[in-house]
Amino acid sequence: MLYQPWPWYVSGPLIALIMALLILMGKRFGMSSNLETFCSIGGAGKFSDYFKIDVKSNRWNLLVVLGAVLGGFLGAHWLSPNPAVNISDKTVSKLQELGFDSAGTAYLPTELFSMESLADPKVWIILLVAGFLVGFGTRYAGGCTSGHAISGLSNLQRPSLIAVIGFFIGGLIMVHLLFPLIFAS
Amino acid sequence: MKSLAYIIIGTFLGVVLYKSEAASWFRIYEMFQFDSFHMYGIIGSALAVGVVLVQWIKKSKVKSFSGETITILDKEKSIARYILGGTLFGLGWALAGACPGPIYILVGAGYWPIVIVLVGALMGAFAYGVLRSKLPH
Repeated sequence: MLYQPWPWYVSGPLIALIMALLILMGKRFGMSSNLETFCSIGGAGKFSDYFKIDVKSNRWNLLVVLGAVLGGFLGAHWLSPNPAVNISDKTVSKLQELGFDSAGTAYLPTELFSMESLADPKVWIILLVAGFLVGFGTRYAGGCTSGHAISGLSNLQRPSLIAVIGFFIGGLIMVHLLFPLIFAS
Repeated sequence: MKSLAYIIIGTFLGVVLYKSEAASWFRIYEMFQFDSFHMYGIIGSALAVGVVLVQWIKKSKVKSFSGETITILDKEKSIARYILGGTLFGLGWALAGACPGPIYILVGAGYWPIVIVLVGALMGAFAYGVLRSKLPH
C-alpha cells in the first residue's frame, strides 16, 4: 500500500494536516517565499529593498525545504519501486502526439528531465523559461499552489481565488495553445 | 528541537507530494487537459479539510504549540497582481510541470535537470524584486 501511488483522498487531507501543523506552530504553509529568501541570502538586497528581509526569521521555512528535499529522496528511492505514473489513456495519446513517448512509463518525461535530454539546447531554454515564469509569477501573485490554492482558499480569501483563476488561465493557455507550438516536431 | 520538527514536516510534505504524484509533470498536464479527477481530488480534499481546520483554529482561538496567539494574515486586496502574477505562474507551472514545493522535492528525487528550473525560478523571483515598482499591483 505504502509503495503504491497514494490515492487523492489520502494525500489531500494529509496536505491540509501539514498546513494546520505549520499554523499551530505559529507559521504558515507557503513554499514560494523561500525563493525570495534564497535571493536575499545571495545578496539580492543590493539590487532591491524587496530582498532586504530578515533571513533568520525565515530559517524555519528553509528547514521545511530541506525536509522536502529529503522527502523527495525517500519517496523516489525507498517508497516507489515503480516510478511510472498511471495517467489516463487519453493523456498518454495526446502526449505521444506531442512527441512524449515516455508518457505512462515514467515519473517525469525523459524528453525533458533526463541527462540525455540536456544534449538539446532547446530543453535548457524550456526548463529555464518555465522556472523563470514560476519564480516571477509566484512572487508577483504573492503565493503559489501552497500559499494560495491551499492556504489562501482554506482561509476563504478572495485574492487567492483570483490567483488560482490566474493559475488556470496560464496553465490552460500553455497546455492547449502553446504546447503544440513548443513541442510539435 | 523545533528545527527538527520543521525538517520532519518538510520531509512528510515531500513524501506526500511525491507519492501522490502531485510532483509529476504528467499529472499536471493531465489536470490541465481535464482527463482525470486525480489532481482535483487532491486539491479539493485538501481544501475541504483545510477550510474546516482553519475555521476551527480561528474560531476556537486556540494557541500555538508554544503558547502564542495565532494570527492568520488576510491577503492584501488587489486584482491586477493576482490575475497577472497568477497567469504567469500558471504558464510556468504547466511547462515545468512543477510548482515551488515539487521543484525541491524533485531535486531530492534526483531528477537533476529540475535544477535548471530552480535556477530559472530564482532568476524570476529576483527579476520580480527588481521590477516590482514598475508593475501594476
